[in-house]
Amino acid sequence: MISVTGVSKRYGDFQALDEVSVHVTPGALTALLGPSGSGKSTLLRIIAGLEVPDAGTVTLAGEDVTHVSPRHRGVGFVFQHYAAFTHMTVRQNVAFGLTVRKEPREKAAATVDRLLDVVGLTGFQHRYPHQLSGGQRQRMALARALAVEPSVLLLDEPFGALDRNVRNELRAWLRRLHDEVHVTTILVTHDQEEAMELADSLVVLNHGRVEQVGGPRELYDAPASDFVMRFLGPVTETPRGLVRPHELVVSAVPEPDATEAQVARIVHLGFEVRAEMESGDGSRITAQLPRAEADALELEPGQIVYVRAPHAPRPAEPDTEEDLVRV
Amino acid sequence: MTGLAVRPQARPLGRAARRRTPSLSVGVVTLWLSLMVALPLAAVGSRAFEDGWGAFWRSATAPQALSALWFTLGVSLAVTGVNAVFGLLVAWVLERDRFPGKRALNAVIDLPFALPTVVTGLTLLALYGDAIAYTKWAVVMALLFVTLPFCVRAVQPVLRELDREAEEAAASLGASGPVIFRRVILPHLVPALVSGCALAFARAVGEFGSVVLISGNIPFDTQVSAVYAFKQIESDNIRGASAVSVTLLAAALAVLFALRLFERLRDHRGEA
Repeated sequence: MISVTGVSKRYGDFQALDEVSVHVTPGALTALLGPSGSGKSTLLRIIAGLEVPDAGTVTLAGEDVTHVSPRHRGVGFVFQHYAAFTHMTVRQNVAFGLTVRKEPREKAAATVDRLLDVVGLTGFQHRYPHQLSGGQRQRMALARALAVEPSVLLLDEPFGALDRNVRNELRAWLRRLHDEVHVTTILVTHDQEEAMELADSLVVLNHGRVEQVGGPRELYDAPASDFVMRFLGPVTETPRGLVRPHELVVSAVPEPDATEAQVARIVHLGFEVRAEMESGDGSRITAQLPRAEADALELEPGQIVYVRAPHAPRPAEPDTEEDLVRV
Repeated sequence: MTGLAVRPQARPLGRAARRRTPSLSVGVVTLWLSLMVALPLAAVGSRAFEDGWGAFWRSATAPQALSALWFTLGVSLAVTGVNAVFGLLVAWVLERDRFPGKRALNAVIDLPFALPTVVTGLTLLALYGDAIAYTKWAVVMALLFVTLPFCVRAVQPVLRELDREAEEAAASLGASGPVIFRRVILPHLVPALVSGCALAFARAVGEFGSVVLISGNIPFDTQVSAVYAFKQIESDNIRGASAVSVTLLAAALAVLFALRLFERLRDHRGEA
């Protein structure tokens, strides 16, 4: 179990982390999710020992490692920009941790062979990193981190430098890998879709504080704050509060509790249609509805429609603080 | 034979195309280099050999000339070695550490480049006059001073561009500081360090101004080849001076050639 308790970190005037506490269950894949500057990468680096917190403690498997150097923590770290050893071959890269730990040669070779196979780079083992694609380099970095059998695998925006197709492919591959290897994994990402797709549990960070912790579904259905709601998916503001655009019901005739609005623009998204509307008080409302429904309403710009939320929208509320949350 | 047929295809197309149309700029460069480098070198060469190979050989291997040459090469090699270590250290401190006055220190590194070498000689004489003047140590100090910037300036930019995350990755994989330095950092610095050393060595071999005063120019002791050549000219032995010059030239060319060879070997290993 990884526990971070009351960790703070300040860089000059910038408070990167403000008394953050997070507890991660062994074997799970946890995502640290937040916008840039939210402190998610700093938190990951503190867990790895690459940064030392100003206050608070980090424990790995019950042991306080707050001031233990990264090389004695037994964590695997994967960087956004691969951090490949460019003067070594793929094989030498993967073997690096075993070599510096002076593992017996044959045992190390067997481990490297197995990992090269797991990440699908056996045929590339004698190449240099600059001869690989971005996706291959990142798989190499993963194999390198896994070679030392870390107690926890830390991934810092691992797919951030890759293009969309490769990213999606690697995502699915990482999830399968995790289900096979079961190493406790913490993933830092600013991409809510990536976090929802990959993680068993999410920690949403904002301004160096934990906003909410929970499973993907829990966070989506019951966001603890406006920030979490906005961050996890598209929202639209109705006169009565925040709601997801696809939850809005659009009708051609007046209904109780419905707001009158004029259609400003129709955007065809394929399976769905997005209707951008303006209500009587001038505020913008966006609804997303299946194409068949939009066709039935014969939606077109200028048309007057009535919009309502099927349940009470999330009212504006002051942010609550949860300092210690269990994942 | 089949290999020959395949070869042109293996080369990038642009290179062959460019070779067919030598431009005006190529001509200007050739002319300039001929006037500035090739012609003077040829003049010295022809002077050295004007009385035939035997006379050249006698001048070049005269006991005093040989003594000066071995001393020059030896002291240059030693100075280069010291520079490699301390140049790396200075570059490291300037790039990796934060301390007040860093900018000023960084600027001072270039002083040996900017200072007239005679001034350097005078300065050293004033500083160490009583202690080491007219000894071999004086030559070592003078050469250390004038060659200081080479390794520092060669290594600094490479050190600045290094991927710090690779070092962090190494640390998280269990590598200690010294292991990270040796296995992750140093391999990237070696090419720059070697070329910095080669330049420092070439400079040390040819150094005159800073050495002429403080060495005392004692034959078979503190006399370096450049100063020996100067003395030969003073005593109207132009051929002797030319012979020593050609020897020094050969040493400089050998260093540059070795450097090229090293670079080529490295490129062939696939580290682009």
